[in-house]
Amino acid sequence: MESALISGLQGLLLGVTHLGVGHVIMILIASLLLYLGISKGYEPLLLVPIGFGAILVNIPLAEMMGDDGFLRYFYNAGVRTEVFPLLIFLGIGAMTDFQPLLENPKIILLGAAGQFGIFLTLLLALALGFDKLDAVAVAIIGACDGPTAIYVSSKFAPHLLAAVSVAAYSYMSLVPLIQPPIMRFLTTEKERKIAMGVVREPVSKTTKILFPIVVTIFASILAPKGAPLIGTVMLGNLMKESGVVDRLKRAAENEIANIVTLLLGLCIGATMEADQFLQAQTLLVLGLGFIAISLDTVVGVLFGKLMCLLTAGKINPLIGAAGISAFPMAARVVQVEGQKYNKKNYLLMPAMSANAGGQIGSVIAAAVMLSVLQGMGIVGG
Amino acid sequence: MATNVEAPMVGKILKIEKNVGDQVEEDEVVVVMEAMKMEIPIVAPTSGVLKEIKVSPGQAVEAGEVLAVIE
Repeated sequence: MESALISGLQGLLLGVTHLGVGHVIMILIASLLLYLGISKGYEPLLLVPIGFGAILVNIPLAEMMGDDGFLRYFYNAGVRTEVFPLLIFLGIGAMTDFQPLLENPKIILLGAAGQFGIFLTLLLALALGFDKLDAVAVAIIGACDGPTAIYVSSKFAPHLLAAVSVAAYSYMSLVPLIQPPIMRFLTTEKERKIAMGVVREPVSKTTKILFPIVVTIFASILAPKGAPLIGTVMLGNLMKESGVVDRLKRAAENEIANIVTLLLGLCIGATMEADQFLQAQTLLVLGLGFIAISLDTVVGVLFGKLMCLLTAGKINPLIGAAGISAFPMAARVVQVEGQKYNKKNYLLMPAMSANAGGQIGSVIAAAVMLSVLQGMGIVGG
Repeated sequence: MATNVEAPMVGKILKIEKNVGDQVEEDEVVVVMEAMKMEIPIVAPTSGVLKEIKVSPGQAVEAGEVLAVIE
């Protein structure tokens, strides 16, 4: 009788005896994420489920990510299949207005320039000895676009998913701190003062409806591996612009996006198991991600300077910084910086054009990278 | 000579900082607009007397719309 009681009590203590230092550290990191989300308001929609998922997965013996764990179930259903990030893309498409881009199409070039950080970081990660697929996942942080980063890393380097997505989302919220010093360093005061005037180019409804269809067909034929990414964003956008499926558009940007954000956040948190996350590699991923976003800004601004030169000073190079896809943070940064040097300078709309270009640019850059890798035989067809 | 203060982008009027008849200096804020969930101060393109204010807070404006006239 006594021994049975003691065994029973020991059973209650099993969780405590199995608690390792790694678990404790991860629970503290998770609590920090919760604190940043709840008290500081940094991306709470993501950090709350991610932080809580990370606590759950680091409870010893609970086996949330074991074969029958409930987090494993969501992970297999939505992350391994890539369905969750794709559904998020559908919502993003339904929320995005490409009008600023269509008003000023040459600015899409800045959206392409803002993606160079991805490729430069890819080379850097390879030079540092990252495995090819891991290097791709790290470089994609430079897309400065959470869902793109999640999509690519869950496909090629699921063990880096947590590090890559935490890096992608934290740097996105740090854009207002990361970009201005780079922008000031690379431009002269005279360039920063260039006012761009008011754009009053009307865009027809037909153009806005045709845009998502045409982009999908051309970009997917060019980069078939990226067709799921481009296709979902553009389907969402077509639902918005066509104006005939308002119910579906609202579902995509509200109910579907909300449910998927919750489950995706939980799953990302669930990949933060102590023995996988507490590695030097995680720090390296965070460092390279920072470099990727800084390089995007550098190349974007330099390309802006080139356009300034070619247009005889009509384009303010600062808007190049908005060529990254952090939307609409990057465009706001440009507006604030521009008006610091010339009060009569209103760069928000041209910056929005570059920013919308950056959004398409990051999706297409990811698609191109996937297709190039397939061509090189690194990933299967 | 009259100079128009124009809305540089689509948005909403948040605040009017000056009254008709006020002397305004170049680069002084006349109207505060909201666009893309951002407050944007619209400044006087030139110094002069504020002759007319054509908008009121809460009003939606188009890009290029005249907000006020300075003389």
